Amino acid sequence: MKRIDAINEIAAKVKESGALLIGNIGIPCKEIHHVCDVPTNFYMLGSMGLASSIGLGLALARPDKKVVAIDGDGSILMNMGTLATIATQSPENYLLVIVDNGAYGSTGNQPTATSVVTDLAAVARGAGNKDVFEVSTPEELRDVLKSTDKGIIVAKAEPGNTDAPVIEMTPERIIKRFMEKSAL
Amino acid sequence: MTDSLKIFTPSEAVFKGIKDAGIDFIVSVPCANLKELIPMVDEAPEMLHLPVTREEEGVGICAGAYMGGKKTAMLMQNSGLGNSINALASLNQLYNIPLLMIVSHRGVEGEPIVAQVPMGELTSKLLDTMEIPYFMPEKDVDPADLIVKAWNTAAEQKKPVAVLLPIPFWRKQA
Repeated sequence: MKRIDAINEIAAKVKESGALLIGNIGIPCKEIHHVCDVPTNFYMLGSMGLASSIGLGLALARPDKKVVAIDGDGSILMNMGTLATIATQSPENYLLVIVDNGAYGSTGNQPTATSVVTDLAAVARGAGNKDVFEVSTPEELRDVLKSTDKGIIVAKAEPGNTDAPVIEMTPERIIKRFMEKSAL
Repeated sequence: MTDSLKIFTPSEAVFKGIKDAGIDFIVSVPCANLKELIPMVDEAPEMLHLPVTREEEGVGICAGAYMGGKKTAMLMQNSGLGNSINALASLNQLYNIPLLMIVSHRGVEGEPIVAQVPMGELTSKLLDTMEIPYFMPEKDVDPADLIVKAWNTAAEQKKPVAVLLPIPFWRKQA
């Protein structure tokens, strides 16, 4: 499984459930935008490490909506405290999907610690999260996505990017349409 | 005793300002000077409070909460400004996201810990460089009004705003 395969599965789920989606910085955002651009996607263009935090804040602010964040292993390693805060709050409407390809995919596929020894699912459980799922194929991911709107999915993937184009929208436009549409 | 006659402690005055501003979502990283304020916001039914592990994380959580319609604030020490700079610039300032930072300003007059001094002296310079407006206590100005003014500035300009509350401010704590 590559990241794009995981994104295809998540996009299908979000399309069906109407969940608000937070996309991680770099190529993940471009791939999400390329696969399925809807106003309820928020493309995080800067602030590496904070996709899971933005998703948590949004889920707590909007308990009436489902929220999904797509994050990466490099970003989670940069903000590992997020796993403790998510466990402490544990909102019913928040699903964090960590696409763990063992590499900083947007900067040249330099290996991360998860390609060596670090087990993010174990870290997530150790931080106190109860609903932690591990998948390594699109079918397994699809099954877990069908069964839950809450928790943390660690989707093991191989490194590799598509050539999804740059997002042309301005940041102002991205947040404005997100807030207009998600407020409904 | 009515509110207008009551003598507020510094923490009570800040808490009143938070309520008057309509803040309904707060994250915090502790400082000794915030030890009375944090339980107040934690127990207030009109606001959601969550402790966070690091200020940068708090900036992200508050950004998400703002996108979900909340009025957000972060209680923090000024050392945490250093932990937040990239997020304040490449998230809040990039997308025009307001945030009220209520900051215990250490490393200034009366500071007993030498390690607080470097960030203490850099805090206002960093805020100036980042073009983040900040407010400081003034004689004859109610701290609660200062907090409201700061939030209104953040909401109107859609950017992060800081209230710097130095050691002498908290000394008046009862």
